[in-house]
Amino acid sequence: MTNNIADIDNCQTLFVIGSNTTEQHPVIGTRMRRAVRRGAKLILADPRAVDLASIATLYVRQRPGTDIALLNGMAHIILKEGLEDKEFVAQRTEGFDEWRKVIETYTPARVSEITGIAVDDLFTAARLYAGNKPSTIFYAMGITQHTVGHNNVLTIANLALLTGNIGKPGAGVDPLRGQNNVQGSCDVGALPAFYTGYQRVADEAARAKFENAWGTKLPSKPGLVVGEMMRAARDGTVKAMWIVGENVAMSDPDSKHVVEAMNKLDFLVVSELFMTETAQLADVVLPAASFAEKDGTFSNTERRVQRVRKAIEPIGECRTDWQAVCEVAKRVSGFKLQVESNLKPETWNYEAAEQIMQEIASVTPSYAGITYARIDKKGLQWPIPTKDHPGTPILHTEKFTRGKGLFSPVEHQEPAENPDAQFPFTLTTGRILQHYHTRSLTGRVAGLDQLAPEERVELHPDDAARLGVNDGDWLRVSSRRGQVEARAWVTDRVGHGVVFMTFHYADALTNALTNTAVDPVAKIPELKVCAVKVEKK
Amino acid sequence: MPINLTINGNTIQAREGETVLQAARANGVHIPTLCYHADLSPVGACRLCVVEVEKMRGLIAACTLPVAEGMVVQTHTPKIVEERKFVLEMLLTDHPNDCMICEADGGCELQDAVYEYQVAWSDHKGKRHSYPVGADQNPFVFTDFNKCILCTRCVRACAEIQGRNVWGVANRGFNDKIVAGADVSMLEAGCEQCGACAAYCPTGSLTDKPSRGKGRAHQFSKVRTTCVYCGVGCNFDFNVRDGKIVKVTSARDAYVNGMALCVKGRYGYEFIHHPDRLTKPLIKKDGKFVESSWDEALDLVAEKLAQHRGDEFAFLASAKATNEENYLFQKFTRAVMGTNSVDHCARL
Ligand code: SF4
Ligand code: SF4
Ligand code: SF4
Repeated sequence: MTNNIADIDNCQTLFVIGSNTTEQHPVIGTRMRRAVRRGAKLILADPRAVDLASIATLYVRQRPGTDIALLNGMAHIILKEGLEDKEFVAQRTEGFDEWRKVIETYTPARVSEITGIAVDDLFTAARLYAGNKPSTIFYAMGITQHTVGHNNVLTIANLALLTGNIGKPGAGVDPLRGQNNVQGSCDVGALPAFYTGYQRVADEAARAKFENAWGTKLPSKPGLVVGEMMRAARDGTVKAMWIVGENVAMSDPDSKHVVEAMNKLDFLVVSELFMTETAQLADVVLPAASFAEKDGTFSNTERRVQRVRKAIEPIGECRTDWQAVCEVAKRVSGFKLQVESNLKPETWNYEAAEQIMQEIASVTPSYAGITYARIDKKGLQWPIPTKDHPGTPILHTEKFTRGKGLFSPVEHQEPAENPDAQFPFTLTTGRILQHYHTRSLTGRVAGLDQLAPEERVELHPDDAARLGVNDGDWLRVSSRRGQVEARAWVTDRVGHGVVFMTFHYADALTNALTNTAVDPVAKIPELKVCAVKVEKK
Repeated sequence: MPINLTINGNTIQAREGETVLQAARANGVHIPTLCYHADLSPVGACRLCVVEVEKMRGLIAACTLPVAEGMVVQTHTPKIVEERKFVLEMLLTDHPNDCMICEADGGCELQDAVYEYQVAWSDHKGKRHSYPVGADQNPFVFTDFNKCILCTRCVRACAEIQGRNVWGVANRGFNDKIVAGADVSMLEAGCEQCGACAAYCPTGSLTDKPSRGKGRAHQFSKVRTTCVYCGVGCNFDFNVRDGKIVKVTSARDAYVNGMALCVKGRYGYEFIHHPDRLTKPLIKKDGKFVESSWDEALDLVAEKLAQHRGDEFAFLASAKATNEENYLFQKFTRAVMGTNSVDHCARL
């Protein structure tokens, strides 16, 4: 997020697109509701009339996968009505004229045709966002899990630049990160092309710095992303894997192939709390301590690094993942030490999590100012370049990372797999309030399971009538890749021709249906759109 | 412009727009309250916070009284103390004598006020409510409206903190009653089970269901931590008793979220002590998992991984693990295994 969570209190207009905030980021969702209570305007754009629709000033239902057209269309209207921030565009951006040429072609009539949104609503949305400032755009997986996910994000940035809705209180671009520490895992370099703080593996200076810090030679070639790992495992080029706390056999798109890939490995070690679908496939399973049993930090969606504290001793013989990886590192180094003297088992003697954070701070400019003492009460928002820096609640206040903000011309592009005669419905996927991912945690909380015991396929009443389906009837949903059976929830939350399913339940493996087609830049799979057939069972 | 006023003979300064209650508390003067909560809009309903003000008639609720220049306030005159005792006596005439087995014991604001003003248990033989205990069938919030003092904190917490409107007051005279929606179940009234109403309830009327019978405030030690579910990063306190997590409580000074939590953060901790937890390393032998020692498992992992250094190895790190752990995962992959193939499920 460019701005902090509390800054929602300063917004006059909230533009939420591709985020079911009250279910996925519930406490941010409640803050949005409070904003509406005090009189802020809310625009919601989503293929589903999710909970926020009931309090939105304007709700628009775009056809899945048409966000670029919608956002370009709003920019078109803003320019036509002269609602842009001319001073901001002149002083802090570049590439405007090029971009404008593309925007001119996104007339309200054309955009309405592509997205299915009424022309009047396009005008209302544009006028609210550009006219009732400061405005912040909030988005989540509904924007990124597309083959055009990266372009979607650029288009959002364009709109913020055009209206100067960035770098000020109440004005920002706030991607809401899903898992508790997805921000932090990226920050500390659990990425194939980056070390900590987004320092590039391919950059020689960065590599030299880490070689020096860790006392060993490092590979220069960027590694594989998750999807590529799975493919490489299937092809036999990746032969051994270590998976920590991710139930990929269920959460990955096209799960059948993932299981195949795991089975082909020579060796798989899984660190887990529970015997998940993925752990079943392992050669060795290491029992991991839960977050209640360890010290450390998580970084939330607003870049705030906060403490996790050990409240109880590890259950049974469980160990923390950091202790396990240290042990393995020392032992692997021991095996190899005779042949390669540059392995340094002595760099793996950590006594406590705090010591690891000291090392992170020493090699990561954006985390440099962190100590456990400093983040004890409120955490700190990175960048925190020095030990006396107060942290950074709002990014880009004076300049962008690259200097000037760049307008990126982006054209609408249809999803990788659109409905056709054989698979006439669009399937879109997501989560619900009561569960998390594959339920390996929430499925073991009796009350949560009581609230949401099984998968329900959201199906529009008109489609249901046509298929002769009543609420609660069993459906068979199939795609080119697989099929799943689950009960119907007949509801106009979804539009005509669209069905929604979660990926929470093992007995309704939604990811047997989804498409592995990925965004070429961000490599995110298109989980929000694939073509399916829906039948009454 | 600061405003000068006198409380109990001491001159103090307050900010414009503050109430007498806020000004008093900011200056260390304790005025008891029940319906007031600093996070919620004041309603002046319980009359426990009454004060006397020079040139104003009668006893006035301090929680809704704005400060004014030159105001002269008394907070503990005999008349005020009498009034507070009367308020508490009235509440006790319709309250079960249940503290011994009440969840809220030790954390109950009614109990604290009754203790402070030494109000004896009343022998009142008249009408008392008898609502069915624990009637609402939702999984997480336990209802016992016999203990309700009609302070409406639940109503305001649901509306103002959670942004829902589950609770309301049904006006029926003596039978004034807190109801969900049009007197339906909480879930039918649109409850999201966030537990805010229970967290703000000053008595044992609304309490957390999963921790019932597992201990009371003074038996817990609290450890502040960050939620393991979503990226909002709410903070809360684990309540620990005998080495077990028995409850989660929200905290006003949690910087990101204050008292607000969602159903997963507040009630989603049961997995920690679930019998399904793996507690020993497992090695697969002839297709079956066999328990092993850590040493055996670690040696085997190291031996196998040592055979696949370089691009034959890949590490799938975790967005649920800590920063410290993820840092070591990538250091291990790069420095020990000699490949950059480390990633996590950021894109899912
Ligand atoms: S649990 Fe939350 S949503 Fe439900 S009634 Fe209480 S405050 Fe409202
Ligand atoms: S249930 Fe609790 S919070 Fe609600 S009115 Fe009764 S005592 Fe007050
Ligand atoms: S309590 Fe709910 S909203 Fe807060 S971090 Fe946890 S899952 Fe997210």
